[in-house]
Amino acid sequence: MKIVKDGLLTTIQDLGRTGYQKYGVIASGSMDTFAHRMANILVGNKENEAVVEVTLLGPVIEFEENTIISVCGGNLSPAIDQKPIGMWKPILVKKGAKLSFGKPKSGCRAYIAIAGGMDIPIIMESRSTYMRANIGGFKGRALKTDDTINLRKTFSFEAGEQNYSEMDWGIANDIIPNYSSRPEISLIKGPQYDWFNRESQQALFSTPFKVSSQSDRMGFRMEGESLSLKESQELISEAVAFGSIQVPNNGKPIILLADRQTTGGYPKIGQVASIDLPVLCQMKPGEQLTFNPITLEDAQRMWLKQEHSIQLLKRSVSLKMKEELI
Amino acid sequence: MNYSLSPLGDQAIVITVSNEINEEAQTKVRLLSQLLDDQQPDWMVEYIPAFTTVTIFYNPVVLSGNKKLPYEQVKENIAELMTSVKTEGAGNPRTVEIPVCYGGDFGPDLEFVAEHNNITPEEVIRLHKSGNYSVYMIGFAPGFPFIGGMSEKIAAPRRDSPRLEIPERTVGIAGKQTGVYPIETPGGWQLIGRTPKRLFTPEADIPSLLQAGDKIIFKEISESEYYNWKEPHEDEDS
Repeated sequence: MKIVKDGLLTTIQDLGRTGYQKYGVIASGSMDTFAHRMANILVGNKENEAVVEVTLLGPVIEFEENTIISVCGGNLSPAIDQKPIGMWKPILVKKGAKLSFGKPKSGCRAYIAIAGGMDIPIIMESRSTYMRANIGGFKGRALKTDDTINLRKTFSFEAGEQNYSEMDWGIANDIIPNYSSRPEISLIKGPQYDWFNRESQQALFSTPFKVSSQSDRMGFRMEGESLSLKESQELISEAVAFGSIQVPNNGKPIILLADRQTTGGYPKIGQVASIDLPVLCQMKPGEQLTFNPITLEDAQRMWLKQEHSIQLLKRSVSLKMKEELI
Repeated sequence: MNYSLSPLGDQAIVITVSNEINEEAQTKVRLLSQLLDDQQPDWMVEYIPAFTTVTIFYNPVVLSGNKKLPYEQVKENIAELMTSVKTEGAGNPRTVEIPVCYGGDFGPDLEFVAEHNNITPEEVIRLHKSGNYSVYMIGFAPGFPFIGGMSEKIAAPRRDSPRLEIPERTVGIAGKQTGVYPIETPGGWQLIGRTPKRLFTPEADIPSLLQAGDKIIFKEISESEYYNWKEPHEDEDS
């Protein structure tokens, strides 16, 4: 496949560079892991297979072989040969078809999975792009106009009129997250929650926070009520996680995301529940969120419930695939 | 080994082995890390060692076999693991020399560190060169060493707001710690100099030059020495 025109930020990501954080190597990986996993499941890939992460303004991609794709995540108005296509479903794509994107309608990141995966070298056990260190993905960087990526598998389809055909099935609407521009995000108390004064603890759960323009895949810098400690205290640096909310001395919380550092020395007031990370990661600078408290217990129960339904869905998709595609 | 457990969100648990940074805590962290490397429990996704903690990332689904909450199950599994952690045998440390060109554009906060401690910049450099250093942990960025053993006379707080871009190989101070930024990254440390030495090599089997436990010597070099400096293996080739 060929990048005919690059987008704002188009990168190759799998589910992250696991196992190297102990050397300080960041995890990277897709921001919206739910959309990533769904996109792969829909084309018969392993959930961890590398996909193309598209940000806000999408690229134009020409397929130079027949393949099967799916586009999941934020609705950035995907189209093939100028005709709008459905999301969250498998699409048979013929040689010469051009995938493009238009106006962002919801969310800000879309994921393109390609059946059989892309020919991307594995570095430190992952295909994810870690741009700051020029590691992984396609030459360690975002995709640029005229880049060509080989596909690991191609398909032969019957000749037809259209350059593509959509399957009449896909992920059910009730499973697709609501990529709201003003979401409520479930938050577990962080390890240093008790270090913060009462006003800050209350403000965290009762006032909105805005994603600032200084936000990227590493983290969202949030604007809102200033959060401060009961008394000055320096934290001994320790591990952080996807969704950890650390508060530097200036009182402005930073939510750490896919390209987060491995450890941090600022106190962590909260931790976003894993189940709500995909919706959080689809937010654009300027949008606002509110945090709702959730217990660790409920966060784990909801995660297990979601994982259970993903396993069921995986089974029914694989049955459909056997019947119709392979 | 004494320890306490606490959650970091719904998929990670923090094992704390000490309340302060010292050699003993660092040895405990290394022994625990070795145990996790040896045993590789199937519920563990990966772990991150730090000064006084080891954080284990776990897969809640693997731990959900019975009615118990995954967090309760992981606590039990760790208690079981901790019974087999060794109490000695962490091995002899290596010594690694790091050349540093102090001050100027390389160390824009050298003056601040001096003023904060009521000493001259020259005194900051002298004290920074003369510490008895060891690497307490690698973290924050690829190959980033947190180095303990620095004189308290040059301690300085982190910046109130982190810088958005710090050039690679910059040497900094935060609290009583010193360290080196191996790649360009945002960060809140006070910057005092820069080394020409590479601390992170992604192609290598072990991508980080330094490991927890290494002894460090900072050697002052001039600006011209900085620009003419070559990696040791480059000398061998030429």
